[in-house]
Parts: sequence; structure tokens; C-alpha cells
Amino acid sequence: MQRCLASLSAVALMLCAGPALAQLKAKAENVPEIPYDSVPNFLKLPAGEYLGEAVGVATNSKGHTFVYHRSATTRLFEFDQNGNFLKEIGKGYYGFEFAHSVRVDAEDNIWTVDEGSNVVTKFSPEGKVLMVLGRRPPAVLGPVATYTGPNLPAQKYIFCRPTDVGWDPQEDIFISDGYCNNRVVKYDKNGRFLAQVGSEKAGKEPGQFNLPHGLSVDGQGNVYVADRSNFRYQVLDNNLKPKAVYDNVGVGWTVCVSQGPHQYLFASNSNPNGNRPGSWAITGEIYKMELDGTILGRFGHASKEFGGFQVVHMMDCRNPNEIVVGEIESWRVQKLILKPQAAKAVTR
Amino acid sequence: MKCHLPLLLTAAVLAAAPAGAQTPVPEIAFDSAPNPLALPDDIYLGETAGVATNSKGDVFVFTRTGHPTVSLGTSRTFAHGGSRLFEFDRTGKFVREIGQNSYGFMYAQQVRIDPQDNIWVVDQQTNYVIKFDPEGRVAMLLGRKAEAVTVPTPAARGPQAIAGGAPGAGEQTDLFDRPTDVAWDGAGNIYVADGLGNARVAKFNKNGVFIKSWGAKGTEQGNFGTARSIAVDARGSVYVGDGANKRIEVFDSDGNFKTQYTNVGNPQALCITPGPNQFLYSSNSNPPNDIDVAGEIYKMRLDGSIVGKFGRAGKLPKEFGTVNAIDCRNENTLYVGEIGNMRVQKLTLR
Repeated sequence: MQRCLASLSAVALMLCAGPALAQLKAKAENVPEIPYDSVPNFLKLPAGEYLGEAVGVATNSKGHTFVYHRSATTRLFEFDQNGNFLKEIGKGYYGFEFAHSVRVDAEDNIWTVDEGSNVVTKFSPEGKVLMVLGRRPPAVLGPVATYTGPNLPAQKYIFCRPTDVGWDPQEDIFISDGYCNNRVVKYDKNGRFLAQVGSEKAGKEPGQFNLPHGLSVDGQGNVYVADRSNFRYQVLDNNLKPKAVYDNVGVGWTVCVSQGPHQYLFASNSNPNGNRPGSWAITGEIYKMELDGTILGRFGHASKEFGGFQVVHMMDCRNPNEIVVGEIESWRVQKLILKPQAAKAVTR
Repeated sequence: MKCHLPLLLTAAVLAAAPAGAQTPVPEIAFDSAPNPLALPDDIYLGETAGVATNSKGDVFVFTRTGHPTVSLGTSRTFAHGGSRLFEFDRTGKFVREIGQNSYGFMYAQQVRIDPQDNIWVVDQQTNYVIKFDPEGRVAMLLGRKAEAVTVPTPAARGPQAIAGGAPGAGEQTDLFDRPTDVAWDGAGNIYVADGLGNARVAKFNKNGVFIKSWGAKGTEQGNFGTARSIAVDARGSVYVGDGANKRIEVFDSDGNFKTQYTNVGNPQALCITPGPNQFLYSSNSNPPNDIDVAGEIYKMRLDGSIVGKFGRAGKLPKEFGTVNAIDCRNENTLYVGEIGNMRVQKLTLR
């Protein structure tokens, strides 16, 4: 009996640990399905090399793909436009400990966001370190017990499990920070602090966040923030003033603004970690939207099989019809060819 | 309005100057060489705690990189890794790595080259001062690494916590607690700044025999808040950067207090030029969590009078991210190692 009770409470704990299923389902209805194909055998890894959790994925202007992943150690790989392995960047680098995001800026510099070392690094296109933001907690302090108290006050130049990075046309830097701060920070292109919105405290009001998990910046300098535990996306203007909230496309897991004259917004209602019963039926899809929040269509679904998604952690949408997605739980990167002209409304 | 902005900024900077500064310190013009070190594709500098040159102009870099780790599933918890020592030639070409996987490398703190071109490194976490001969072989060890670490590290930090309870840690011996720097006098006596856990200077003869120790944690003359850096001039005077008390203390070679300089901020890195007319460089390094304060480097005469200053905290070339090391073998060509920017800059003063 005791064992029975114990297992019952274990189940209860598991159910309580995550959000209620109802919250996971996007409010938007009758959204057209966008057909797509996943390119078979997209990334060709050399024998003996493996991806771990493929949390970060980005492309540069030449079509190279960068994958920042959690392997035995955290590693950054570069592949050419045909998916052939080119090289590893940052082997043994002090700012790599637990990958979270990789993005490529307008000059093809590669930026990594590492939530283990709390370091954001700008690499040149050749892979040399150009700028370091944040600081890794010093090892000399010894094996510090895991901190479980309330979040410590946010600091200008120190991150707490940062999640993502983006840039406006002036090359100002925006960082979502993160799991143990709840803010977006803006720096100038030289790395000097300009402003922040939010704080270490989580909140639900506009301009407050509960796990800002990703961000992307449009051509006007507006900032789109995936506000994950608030199940919404927040739009900020260039001075970090809240402009809009999109709360009808499910969990705010990750976000991408495409390039070109007509920019689109991609938002992923990623299925929750842990394969919770019933969750796959109502999550896993990615939304294509206008920047103003108008939903154009959706694609994809939760699945461990090729072509489906297993917790999409990051999207590259340089080309709005070629989406590269990195998944946590399938250690996989897929390249999706969208066929938006074939989209038609489907009632679900 | 826009055209007044620089004026306003200048006013703000002047207003922020320390109240103790009587006369404006001249600015020394300088350049930073682009890409002074050519790193192989698979080598990345981490926090660059130490940089030094030898008599041939070779450049040695002691850096916190890789991944400091502990081993699981062991009788106690063992910590290892996290620092590497690299050698470059005078043109910045990579030559070799020294001390791969050394037992003494965990948290790089400083590298210095003695007059015989031996390479001395100070590791803040293994509590070792290691002398490598010019070929890179271990020639002498001062200190000892704690066999194991306590998990979790006790909240009340101190020698037992940091040094893992090594017997005698912090005593008047060669057991150090977060040592920071090493220097020598003309007779080859060794002076170790010890450091951030202890707060003293330990003196050894050239054979590594302990001679004496002076200083304790405190603000009084002769004591240290932290002993962050050390340098010895040609007459044997010992200059110690007391970071926590924002002063440079000067002692004779027996540890008798002579004077102190209190107008150059946090002297996290010190260097005295060789030759008959010696100068002292001191970096008022910014804290690692803020680039909007401090960061400038002072050039001084040995009597403490200031010749000039250059640089400020920041991330661009010619800006500094917590300088932890200065090499001044050549008075007007300096190498500086930065914690925050994970790089070495080669500066030419004009």
C-alpha cells in the first residue's frame, strides 16, 4: 500500500511539474496547414562524430549550417551548403559548457549563447573569438552547492543562464536572459550596456517575462521575445518598450524572423520535454505569421519520426521557405522545404 | 543639442574622477596591434590571466580554458584541468604547449619569466608555483595541491575550504592559499604574493628554502586586503599590489614597510621595466562584472609619481577587460592579458 501511495504521488508530482495540458494547446483555430518536405540525410556527419541535443542551429549568407549542440562536451559544428561537415569551431573553448543558442549576424559572425558558462561569444566567420559578453563563474570558488533561493539581483554585464541573441540594423545586441533572470538586455555593438526590460523577477505584465527563452529582431529593430512560461510572445520596440503580445500560438519556445523585404515571424509551439501523455496531440506545430501577429499557416507535429519534431528548440528562417530546425530530444537537425502555395485551410 | 553630447560626456567623465586626484594625469597615446597572437584553429584562449616574454621575445600565455572538472564515483572528489600554458614566438606564431595535463594546472593566475628565461607559473586553485626551465621541464615546485575538494564547498571560505584542508595551508611555509604572483631579486630570492586566500608575501631563497613571510589580512601598513600582484626593482625593493585596499605597498627585501601609493586604484597587475631607469606599470583593473568603471593603466616612477595613464575598460581594441597581467620587458611595447576579453593585446606606447 505504501508503495502504491508512493507511486501515486510520483505520478501526481509529474503531472504538477509541468503546465496543464489545456495551456499547451494553441488558442488559434482553423489555421491552414502548410505542406512541407524534410530533406533526407541533410547533415552528413563524419564517421565517429555525433550530435547531442541539437539546441542551436543557424545558417550564414553562404548557406552554411552551424549546429551548437550538447555532446559529451558542448560543441559547435559547421556544415557547408550541401550539409557536408566542414569543421569544428571552439574546441575546448572556456565559454562552451551547456549549449543554448547559435545565431549568425549580418556580417556572418557566429554568436553562441551558453547557459552553462553564462557566456555569449562572437566568433568571426573563420571561428576566432571577437567579443565575449558575460563571465563564467570562477572555478576557483570550488564545487558550489546548487543555488535554490530567489533569483539574485540582475547585473549589467553578468548573465544567469542566458538563452538567445539578436541584433538590430544598428548592430545593437539584444540578449534574452534567461532561466534565472527574466529580462531582455540591450548592448551597443561594442558591448556596452544600454538598457534592459524585465528584471531577475518573473512576471506576467507586459514588459515582464517568465523564462524569456528566445528572441529575434526585425528590420525595424523590433524585438520578438519567446516568453515561454507565460505561453506567449512579446513584441518590444527598439528601446525595449512593450508593443504587443501574441498569446494564441501556444508556448513561446523559440522564435525566428525571416530576412528579405517581406519578413515573416515563425513561432514554435514545441511539445514539452518528457513525452507527457496527450501532449503530442496538441503541440509540436510551428506557426508562420506576419510580423503583426496575423497567422498565415502552420506546419509540423510532435513525433520522434523523421519529418516530425521532438521538442524544436531553435529555428533558422533566413529563407522563409527553407526552415532549419534543431530538436532537443531527437538529437537531430532537419531542413524543411515549405510549399506555402499549396496551403489550404484545414479544420482541426 | 546633438553637438553638445561629447561635451556632456567629458563633463561626466571628469566628475567621475576620484576626489583624491589633485592634478590631471596626462594621457599616454598608444596603439594595439591587431591579432598579436596567431592561434591554431583548435586552440582558444580562455580568461588570459598571465602573459610574459622571455629574453628572445617569445610570448608565454597562461590561460583559464578547457573545462575544470571533478571526477564522480571516487572515494573523495577530485578536481582537475582548466588551465593551459602556450608559447608563441616574437612574431606571434604558435610554438608549443607546455605542461599539458599538468597536476598543477587548474585556475591560471600568472606567468613570469626570470632572468635565466625560466618560466614560472602561479596557479590560484592548485596553490602551486611551478618553475619550468626554458625547455619546458619542471625545475622546481613551491606549494602543494589539495588532494581532494570538499563538496559542497563550505560557505565559510578559508584555507580549509579552498585548499581542501591541506595541513598548514596559510601557515608561514610554502603552502599557499590562492597565490597570485611571483618575482625575484638580484640574488635570485623568490617572492610569492599569497594571495587572495592568505594575505602575505612569502620569501624563499633561490633553492626554494623558505626564509620568511610577512603581512596578514588587514588595512594597516604592512598588511594586505588581498596580495594581488608583486614586482621587485633592481635595488631589491618589493612592490605589492593590495587590490582590496586599493594601494601599492613598498617593502625592502626583508619585508620592512617603506611606503605606499594610494592614487592608482586596484593594482591588479604590476610590472617593473628592466634597465637603469626603471618604471612601474600598474593596472587599475575593472571588476569582471562591470566595464563602465576603471580599467586604465598607469605608468609611474618607482617613487610613486605618475608619468601618465592610458586605456579604459571595454571590449574594443585599446580597451581592457580586467587586466590581470602586464609584461614590460620593453618600456614602450607592452603585452597585457585580460580576464574579461579572453585575449592578449600588444600595446605600443607613443
